[in-house]
Amino acid sequence: MAIQSPSLDLGGGAGVRATPAAQVRGYWQQVGRRLRRDPVTLVCAVVLLLIVASALAAPWLGFADPYKTSMIRRLYPVGSPNHLLGTDELGRDMLSRLIHGGRLSLFMGVTPVVCALLIGGLLGITAGFMGGRVNMLIMRIMDVFYAFPSVLLAISLSGAMGAGAENTLLSLTLVFIPPICRVSESVTTQVRGFDFVEAARASGAGTLAIVRVHVLGNVLGPILVYATSLISVAIILAAGLSFLGLGVKPPEPEWGLMLNTLRQAIYVNPLLAALPGVMIFLTSICFNLMSDGLRAAMDVKA
Amino acid sequence: MLLYALRRLIYLIPVAFGVSLLVFALVHLAPGDPISAIVPSDAPKELVDKLKEYYGFDKPLPVQYGRWLLVTLSGDFGTSIGTGRPVLQEVGSAFGNTIILAIGACLVAFSLAIVLGTAAAYAKSRIVDRLVTSIALVGVSVPHFWLAIVLVIVFSVELGWLPPMGLGPENATGWRLDWPHIKHMILPTIALSVIPLGVMTRTVRSTVKEILSMEFVTALHAKGMNDRQILLHVLKNAAPTCLAVMGLQAGNLIGGSILIETVFAWPGTGFLLNNAIFRRDLPILQGTTLVLAFFFMMLNLTVDVIQTFVDPRIKRG
Repeated sequence: MAIQSPSLDLGGGAGVRATPAAQVRGYWQQVGRRLRRDPVTLVCAVVLLLIVASALAAPWLGFADPYKTSMIRRLYPVGSPNHLLGTDELGRDMLSRLIHGGRLSLFMGVTPVVCALLIGGLLGITAGFMGGRVNMLIMRIMDVFYAFPSVLLAISLSGAMGAGAENTLLSLTLVFIPPICRVSESVTTQVRGFDFVEAARASGAGTLAIVRVHVLGNVLGPILVYATSLISVAIILAAGLSFLGLGVKPPEPEWGLMLNTLRQAIYVNPLLAALPGVMIFLTSICFNLMSDGLRAAMDVKA
Repeated sequence: MLLYALRRLIYLIPVAFGVSLLVFALVHLAPGDPISAIVPSDAPKELVDKLKEYYGFDKPLPVQYGRWLLVTLSGDFGTSIGTGRPVLQEVGSAFGNTIILAIGACLVAFSLAIVLGTAAAYAKSRIVDRLVTSIALVGVSVPHFWLAIVLVIVFSVELGWLPPMGLGPENATGWRLDWPHIKHMILPTIALSVIPLGVMTRTVRSTVKEILSMEFVTALHAKGMNDRQILLHVLKNAAPTCLAVMGLQAGNLIGGSILIETVFAWPGTGFLLNNAIFRRDLPILQGTTLVLAFFFMMLNLTVDVIQTFVDPRIKRG
């Protein structure tokens, strides 16, 4: 985090507190110390790191070619020689596809949240800080998106735009902007009401300085924590869209799509058909636990 | 309270307007024009133009929107490009099937969540709390469409106890409340209930825990009230928060049932939506989205009003 100032204090989401500057000096060190003492979060971080690292390095780790099909080696069971996790319905190596699948699945889950964090955060902080008509305008537009259940919105948008990874990214970003915007707005509105903002203004600080130092410093923590809690939802949703045939197109390895194409194999090799889902589950549970750990360490209320 | 409900309803008008705009825009997000989906590419140009005129796609966008809005408001959602039947008729019958499934899933999820969440908040032993928190975590983390497949693998393929798909026995028309139909409901209901179960358990647990730490609970204890009576007070205080989340979850469940309905070939709105997407049947896509969004808005409004009824302290807006 780039903001360095004596008033840096990331208070609770629902109850952002203003703490005297002296106590706050080592806030990030404190967060780091709490995180290091949290075994669950640490384990999740390691597991996620392994998944991410192996996904990124997959092409150089010497796995079988994830695209190479084989008509005679279809649906080998888990534990076959040369194919540790078996082969899929087109005879492609499952282990390799699962590892490679992490690239797209993680990318499709994390990118929309990051984009939505930038756009929704900016909109929300603007709405919260400006108040008045600007707030009205931005928040009423968000209300329109809130009138749709999130899965329905994602599917209708993707469905209308057509299948493809770019469309999935776009529709998921649109789905996550409103909730991030709403959280950002409520946190910013709270911070704006604190005395130190008034004091800064009275002492001649410009609007930009107030936003940069006092507002951002206090709202970024809760917004970030909230955004991390959305990553697991995004990963499941992105996989779900691919599962429906709306996301990534074959033959790319992607967990949701693999789950879809292996569905026909549930009568032949049920364990194999369930494997891609295990990866989605594992990643999503780790992101959820990490987010919980981060929330506790940063002392942000849900 | 009636006044409050009315005010909320009026507030919804601009939102509903925005929703209609967005739903209308769905058609124009689509690549190509909607006509190209139903006519072969070598169709004579006159025929395409005629169809465009028939469906009104030849007019400028604002005019199209105005016409569409007027026609829709009069209750005519157009005809399905795929089947030629009225959209409202198709959506209506599918909506009933979705609601059946949703009611089942809500009953399972919410009753379990209230029991588990309250138990965890009350629990003296850490094991109970840990167990419930873990269940909730699994609920919010599991990809429910994968769980649906796993359920089919275990209970249909391996054990052969329950049917893997469909609304009911073959050549049965419509849903009835009898054992063969309920048998078809069990797996989709379970798969659909995991997310709301997880979210609600978390909500109930944290809300009840917060209320238990409030002073009035100590006061009630001091007054000599027994635990069962106190529980009633606690639950009553937890109700507004929980109701709000329940409303959202119920709505999400109805809007998000598409994945589960697809796995189980359950002929609800999600299934309809999925077919519409792949047949590029845009009127159905529009109609289903509009009906579901409208239902979601009304559901949230109802929850808002019920909330003020349960807890008069809430006076918003």
